[in-house]
Amino acid sequence: MKNFLIQALPFVFLVPFAGFILSLFFSRTNEKGISRTAIFTASLQLILAVAITAAWFMNGTEDISVAEIVLYQMHGYEFLIDLYLDALTVTYMLVGAIISLLVIVYSSFYMHQEWGYRRFFSTVLFFIMGYNATIIAGNFETLFIGWETLGISSFLLIAYYRDRYLPVKNAVKVFSIYRLGDIGIILAMWLSHQLWHENITFIKLHNTELVHEHLISHSFLGSAIALCILFSAVLKSAQFPVSSWLARAMEGPTPSSAIFYGSLAVHFGVFLLLRTFPFWEEQTGVRVLIVMGGLLTFIIAGLTGRVQSSIKAQVAYASIAQIGLMFIEVGLGLQTIALIHFAANAFLRTYQLLISPSIVAYLIKDQFYNYQPVVEKPVTNKWVNTIYMLGLNEWNFDSYMYKYLWNPLKSLGNGLNLISEKNVYRLFLPMYILGIYLAFNQDVMPFELKQYLPSFFAMIGLFMVLKSFTERKSAGVAYSLIILNHLWIALAISFNDRINFEHLFFYLSGVVVFGLVGYLTLHRLKKFEGRISLEEFQGHSFEHPKLTIVFFIACLGLAGFPISPTFIGEDLIFSHIQRTQLFLTLFVSLSFIIDGIALIRIYARLFLGPHIKTYHETAHRSS
Amino acid sequence: MSTTTHHSAVETGVFDEEHTLHILSHFLPAQSPLKDFVHHNTLHAFQEQQFFQAIKNASSIFGYKTSLSLPAFRKKYKNGAINDAVIDRIISEKKGDDSVSEWREKLIVTSYDTTIYQKVGNLRATWKKKYKTDLDALVHTTLFKVINSYLDQGVSLWRFPETDLSFLNSVKKMEENSFSSFFKTKRAKAFLMRGNIEIQELLEIIVHEESYYENYLIDQQFAHPGYSGMVSVVEHNPKTLLDSRKVTLKEFIIFELLLEIDALDAKFGETWIPIGLHTDEPSENLFAQNDFTELDEVLQLWQLSMEWTFYDQVLAGLSYNKAQAPKRSTNSFQALFCIDDRECSIRRYVEQNDANAKTFGTPGHFGLEFYFKPEHSKFTTKVCPAPVTPAFVIQEFETNKVQKKEIHFSRHANSILGGWIFTQTVGVFSAFRMLRDIFRPTNSPLATSSFSHMDKNSTLTIEHKGAFDADGLQIGFTYQQMTDRVKAVLNSIGLVSDFAPLVYLIGHGASSVNNTYYAGYDCGACSGRPGSVNARVFAAMANHPEVRKLLAESGIVIPESSQFIGGLHDTTRDEVEFYDEDLLSAINQEKHEANKPVFAKSLDENAQERSRRFVSIDSSKSLSKVHEDIKKRAVTLYEPRPELNHATNCLCIVGKRSLTYNLFLDRRAFMNTYDWHNDPEGNFLLNILNAAAPVCGGINLEYYFSRVDNYKLGAGPKLPHNVMGLIGVANGIEGDLRPGLPTQMTEMHDPLRLLMVIEHFPEVVLNTIQKNPATYEWFANQWVNLAIIHPTTKAISVFENGEMRSYEPLIREVPTFLNFSDEILSSADNIKVKNIA
Repeated sequence: MKNFLIQALPFVFLVPFAGFILSLFFSRTNEKGISRTAIFTASLQLILAVAITAAWFMNGTEDISVAEIVLYQMHGYEFLIDLYLDALTVTYMLVGAIISLLVIVYSSFYMHQEWGYRRFFSTVLFFIMGYNATIIAGNFETLFIGWETLGISSFLLIAYYRDRYLPVKNAVKVFSIYRLGDIGIILAMWLSHQLWHENITFIKLHNTELVHEHLISHSFLGSAIALCILFSAVLKSAQFPVSSWLARAMEGPTPSSAIFYGSLAVHFGVFLLLRTFPFWEEQTGVRVLIVMGGLLTFIIAGLTGRVQSSIKAQVAYASIAQIGLMFIEVGLGLQTIALIHFAANAFLRTYQLLISPSIVAYLIKDQFYNYQPVVEKPVTNKWVNTIYMLGLNEWNFDSYMYKYLWNPLKSLGNGLNLISEKNVYRLFLPMYILGIYLAFNQDVMPFELKQYLPSFFAMIGLFMVLKSFTERKSAGVAYSLIILNHLWIALAISFNDRINFEHLFFYLSGVVVFGLVGYLTLHRLKKFEGRISLEEFQGHSFEHPKLTIVFFIACLGLAGFPISPTFIGEDLIFSHIQRTQLFLTLFVSLSFIIDGIALIRIYARLFLGPHIKTYHETAHRSS
Repeated sequence: MSTTTHHSAVETGVFDEEHTLHILSHFLPAQSPLKDFVHHNTLHAFQEQQFFQAIKNASSIFGYKTSLSLPAFRKKYKNGAINDAVIDRIISEKKGDDSVSEWREKLIVTSYDTTIYQKVGNLRATWKKKYKTDLDALVHTTLFKVINSYLDQGVSLWRFPETDLSFLNSVKKMEENSFSSFFKTKRAKAFLMRGNIEIQELLEIIVHEESYYENYLIDQQFAHPGYSGMVSVVEHNPKTLLDSRKVTLKEFIIFELLLEIDALDAKFGETWIPIGLHTDEPSENLFAQNDFTELDEVLQLWQLSMEWTFYDQVLAGLSYNKAQAPKRSTNSFQALFCIDDRECSIRRYVEQNDANAKTFGTPGHFGLEFYFKPEHSKFTTKVCPAPVTPAFVIQEFETNKVQKKEIHFSRHANSILGGWIFTQTVGVFSAFRMLRDIFRPTNSPLATSSFSHMDKNSTLTIEHKGAFDADGLQIGFTYQQMTDRVKAVLNSIGLVSDFAPLVYLIGHGASSVNNTYYAGYDCGACSGRPGSVNARVFAAMANHPEVRKLLAESGIVIPESSQFIGGLHDTTRDEVEFYDEDLLSAINQEKHEANKPVFAKSLDENAQERSRRFVSIDSSKSLSKVHEDIKKRAVTLYEPRPELNHATNCLCIVGKRSLTYNLFLDRRAFMNTYDWHNDPEGNFLLNILNAAAPVCGGINLEYYFSRVDNYKLGAGPKLPHNVMGLIGVANGIEGDLRPGLPTQMTEMHDPLRLLMVIEHFPEVVLNTIQKNPATYEWFANQWVNLAIIHPTTKAISVFENGEMRSYEPLIREVPTFLNFSDEILSSADNIKVKNIA
């Protein structure tokens, strides 16, 4: 039995992966081929999930961890793909497989005649792949592969109607939040390296003694890791105070909103907490925080949901409120209840969204027969009105995100006028060459300088990426700045004592290849279109579909998505950062996060949105 | 309103608030809330202009795309949907014989810059250009949320606290009585608190230059035509919301202006420069006439060529049609259907399946105007054409219907504490419901069914017994009132003698699930409700001995053995239900039983004919299997096209049935039976046209514009729609309301204007159409094309520039089907006009 499980486990990820690849080979209009591939994949996935569940029970519900393959191993570093199966995996796998199949069958008819029929199903399969990769992951590194896939598929599904303004705007917005959440995982991974001195597998976290022993000597580190995880979980599950993105993600066709934001993806915060439960189980402070956060979310999202006058927003907030409760359950250690709650909430919200258009006919009829004019006005006092108005404004969380996060970042980027095309050559190039010289001749500088230089160079890298994030004029400049950012980070790391240049080379290989591809694509687009500015959305995907795909892949590679060696490279970089180099860590991780956002922004501005040429049909911006 | 008055404000530089508000509500979308969805001409505001001039102006002002694109026309030409000979004829008529080859070249080869520029929006674009401020992004979210919550009819669990006051006063009261605020800064809020705000004083702050005021407001409101249009509709017809609201466009604009001031104050402090002082361009007259470009003319020629390619087939078919209904040995039954294009094919099948049966077409409210009040309902619902205001009400009693509840729409599902218990319990049940709904679609409380409009076994208050309801509506009709209405209908369709033993009145309705446009699928002549009550009431009236007596006095003698019987055809499911069957005499009951299989077979065949357009149904299966599949569509959650509604409509034929008998019109025709013999003066004709022109023309033009610009004039794809306050749909949660028809309803539609064909003498028709200016406008400005078939010579004339000119079809012979069902079932595309055997 155990053998079967070990053999079968990789297929949980491989089946949707194969389905995804296969779906790309159909022509855009071959609806039958595309939908059959998707339905077949989802059915197979369900059969597999049921078989694994049965085998797991027959095996006595024992947790299983499989060290699958070592993706990369060099000089004391290894990137290990590790899989893991326990009650949590089984629950998420089953619920995921059932909802995936239902939604795919639903969509195969619902999406008939849609221009993006293939794109839709490919993206959904891509999402299912990411979903399953995440839930069977046995260590943080493997989990991060799935985690990144979720972010990308979320972006693609929200921006499904890519020729309208709001879907694209909100796709970028939600992607940014996801990406921000990734900081938590990246830092947790880095801190884990510091704590365990190895790629800790989730199964080892169940070794109470081991965990206890490490935590007792590094209690600060332990808390930091737990907080990083909690940070990610809160963002991913739209908890207080970042709830407003979930409702805004409901821009795609209803079934995609149902599977993604109604049911599966939004529960990943809960998953992450349950997955790491043994790690923070003993940290009472963290548990109190989780319960308090859940309670706050439950109350605020509940109140907000009651006020919403659009059905999807209402369902979104109702779901967030329930997830808040799940956080409480998890925090209190009621894992089984949380799992049942997850399954029930996922099914309920999926169904509620799928039937949401029916509410008009149903409630109008209900009103027609049962309407009671308000004879006595409900009590309204200052507090009631206040809560109502706060709810209507979604407690201003969306504007706070701008006010306290994006706008400061933007003004920081806008303030960096020093970084201009001219100065790149005049100032930064000589500085970089000096940096390389120093890196190879570290003896020539005093110890103090050596201590601060890495952080300094990483900061320049961060500035580059911030400038790229706010660049409004030239797409080429914005893109190049991202490449430069990677080079600065490489320079910063090269000051490390134990640096291995092969590692750096590995890291930069992806940057160079994908960077070059992307740059050439931009060049080509410029040849067709003349000036390509980032002032507004330009919608070039309609006229240049091939360039769109190539550029998107280049962006993914450059952003360290797991198709590029840079993905492992980024992990490698972190493995070289010492625990004492807090600023370096901060700059590097911020760089990695913002470069993803900046790249997606470039992609969206150039290729998505209403077409700038108005001989194409364009929608009102507000629609 | 004429365009010449539009530019007064711009020219004089003086702001006339009333005038601007009038313009706004005139040009904004006029679509009612979803429950009252009725088709209408999307560009109704331009109807006083000639069609091509109107669409040119609409495009230049608002940036709408108002015809198919040039590549789309050329593609149609390549596929043979536009005929060469027609193109040549159109060009030589419009451009002269010498220019044919020159213009052909332009149509087919020359490339043009097809960029669309719009005037509306230019002034407010200054915010982005000069102030680097995306004002709409800062204002829209709050604006939409507040207005939608105020208008909300029941989505939210916690309703807007103040709704008995007018909109602005409600907002004011909440601001006064809250620690929170919709505003971030002081100035705007202070204005609201002061009360009695005038648009002008706010514009002075924001714009300052008076000559820009009007254009500023037009720019502003047309940045979100959906909500502005809805506010304007509710302002003028508050009863369209069951839970009524007092809102005016003026208040809505004031609130938006306040939010704008607030957003600008928050960004710049209170000292920013008004936009009018920051604009270099002088104020533009948005409504000035626009000259045609060569591209416009090319598109016009294409449009005419596309239309006349089809019209020519139709006119040839009608004019050459020699087919006579087989001599009836007896009259087995007569059946009155709605003029609706969806009834076009079922009538054909009924007549094929019983050679002694005859069908008629008349608007599906059967000439009755009243409100219907179902038992236990709190409101009445109008079941006659939308512009009519009835003085009558028909009440329903003795029903035994039970309203089934849907647990997923329970208020607990999304509430706070209840939500926890609800989720843990119902959530698991949802999984099973979902499995069932996806793999075995069945009827559920989610679906709307045309048959539930009225309880089959209820009693109705048809006779007036002196009582009036609380609103002063007369309950039931007097005998004289009944007689007048019955007589009018019978006269108009020419059914005044030779009554069969059974005369059916078949109203129609539709069934669907997950369909926010459900009201648009029902009978347009009944204000978007099923026609069951009307059919049943008409039958009862025509059967009443007193009415028969009065009818006989005015010359219409209906034999005592003849009985009328009401029924309802569900156009989605292709099912028929009959009413008051027990009132039939024994002998008629027998006959009725014998007719039922005729209807059943016709419905099967009709379902099969419809199935050719549906990819998910295999039309080659057995009749009953295909019909089962058709029925399933109506209850399938994931089916965004339960039926195709009016898609492909483009004809309205007013004449005797013999005109269209045996002619295949592919369900594209509204058909109003009319016998010119009975009506030498055209009096009945006038009544028919007064209804048919706006109803059929409105449907046709709504499809036209939603098809050619699905982005701005249509609602876009249904798939991402989100229900807003039960009044409309939007994309996502932040979007503006989307009026118009969704892609799924219009993608099959070819944007042809309606061709009205009347069988009568040209001079009578010419005289008749001019009697009612409102009706005449449709024809005179060519929003609806008009052709006449001479009753005796069958010669065709076409109405153009106020006169009739004769028309010779290009088609010399109308083809005949070799194998009808094979030919029609083998394709999902439009089929040419052909004779059936």
